[in-house]
Amino acid sequence: MTSVTIETPAPATRVAANPAQPPGRRRLRRLRPTTWAGLAFAAPLLVYLVIFYAYPLVENVSMSLHRFTRATFVTGEAPFVGLDIYREVIGSAQFWPIVRQTAIFVGASLFFQYVIGLALAVFFQRSFRLSSVLRALFLVPWLLPIIVSGTTWQWMMDADSGILNRFLAIFGVDPVWWLNAENSLMSVTIANIWLGVPFNLVILYSGLQNIPTQLYEAAALDGANRWRQFWSITFPLLKPVSAITLLLGFVYTLKVVDIIWIMTSGTGTSQTLATWAYSMAFGKGTAVIQYSQAAVVGTILLVVALVMGFVYLAVQRRQED
Amino acid sequence: MEPRQRTAWKTAVGLVLTAIMLFPVYWMVNVSLTPREDIRDSALFPHHPTLAHYGVVLQDQLPHLATSIVVGLGTVVLTLLVAAPSAFALSKLMMPGRRTLNFLLIVGQMIPAVVVALGFYTIYSRLGVLDTLPGLIVADSTIAVPFGVMLFATFMLGIPQELMQAAQIDGASHWRSFRSVVLPMSRNAAVTVALFAFLWAWSDFLFASTLNREGGLLRPITMGIYDYIGSQNQEWGPMMATAVVASIPTAILLVVAQRYVAAGVTAGAVKD
Repeated sequence: MTSVTIETPAPATRVAANPAQPPGRRRLRRLRPTTWAGLAFAAPLLVYLVIFYAYPLVENVSMSLHRFTRATFVTGEAPFVGLDIYREVIGSAQFWPIVRQTAIFVGASLFFQYVIGLALAVFFQRSFRLSSVLRALFLVPWLLPIIVSGTTWQWMMDADSGILNRFLAIFGVDPVWWLNAENSLMSVTIANIWLGVPFNLVILYSGLQNIPTQLYEAAALDGANRWRQFWSITFPLLKPVSAITLLLGFVYTLKVVDIIWIMTSGTGTSQTLATWAYSMAFGKGTAVIQYSQAAVVGTILLVVALVMGFVYLAVQRRQED
Repeated sequence: MEPRQRTAWKTAVGLVLTAIMLFPVYWMVNVSLTPREDIRDSALFPHHPTLAHYGVVLQDQLPHLATSIVVGLGTVVLTLLVAAPSAFALSKLMMPGRRTLNFLLIVGQMIPAVVVALGFYTIYSRLGVLDTLPGLIVADSTIAVPFGVMLFATFMLGIPQELMQAAQIDGASHWRSFRSVVLPMSRNAAVTVALFAFLWAWSDFLFASTLNREGGLLRPITMGIYDYIGSQNQEWGPMMATAVVASIPTAILLVVAQRYVAAGVTAGAVKD
């Protein structure tokens, strides 16, 4: 849950960007291309991107190709070992189970965030008394610091005194050890779904606003009930926005560290690729700091993120055409 | 809109759904007001409310809160300084290579923070700026800068080109028209970017727990809360009270700037 920027069909900005003028005339009316001025104004950003984005990434990749230990980390004289550490990490007994847990975490989070977010978006589609206030309140989980949500969920999932188990006890359910090794994946996924619903709600809601109401009126005249209208109008017309939402959701969920780390420190089944990388480099009480191994996992995540970045752009471009 | 009577049930259902969604927030406040000896009872309501835990917060967490405010404000300033001029170049000066830059900004937001943290950690330890506030401010700003550029650029695209031309005819330089025409008109965008930059820096856990973990009192409030988790006997009362205090910026954002928030979530990338 960091920065969220998305290309939703926002009519207002689109109109502003592409006024209904022929391209030639538009170009004439613009200020003359001022390459140097443009570069000068963009210079802070360009420098910033090189120093604070490219450089750390290069460091990360370089670290994954050199064997760093605590000693060589200080001296900076780690030997170059090529892809050796990649082979070790991928060949390690932990790797595939963690990939599987990551897949479950991402898959379950995306599925439930999307379904719940869509249901709520449809619920809020037509305004009713208090609807805008309630919709704003739904943003709270997304805006709260994760440390706040994480610690609160941790306490709610306490086996002895947690409110969740108290609630389940009403129905005669035995206490669940939410945060133990076996259940921790389920528990952090539940908390993460809660965190992600607002994002899905906001994006899908803005997508719904662009569906013309006349379509629903026509369908109603034809005798289509609400359920039918959803499957014949809402869902198909929302496909582009849904694709973008799920794509971004995938990227953001894959890199989640904080909610998991705060709730379980990545113990048991709740370890994902991202928390694994974090724990190898920064985990409390890690006997051997494994910077290079962490960098390998980080680089794998980076590659997946970049691939999804390209997919995202391809999807976006196709939607514009 | 449908008649009010027919939507009354929706309001009722909406209230229930909101209550379920916000239950964890209520629970946090509830625990923060419950006396220490009653916390394990998990009563639905603080029957003997106490502010004792908030006393502990005042005693222990003020330095962390101050650090968070400094880091948040520093991040806002740095983000605005980098984002506003470059957005001007992207949206108004037809800078070459702006498509590529757009792509980089989108991808920049997809980079896993743990990768960035690891890279920063190496560089910072070499430069000796681990556990410093400027170091944390720079790292935190990487969360907000791509978002800031895109939001500013989208906004500036909407400023009529005629205004720029008028300024130019009056002999204004690019710098002048940026400062006197575009910047004042981008006030709303600046507010949105500043609010989010502050909130993200305030909420940051990952950079604080890696780049500033030995920073003592110069660690932000998120680490102040995290310290409670690490201790042997977890003190849930002070922890939840600190969590409530740490949620204040969120509350302010929602109350004061609600209309900016949804705009921020759905802010589009630059169109060209």
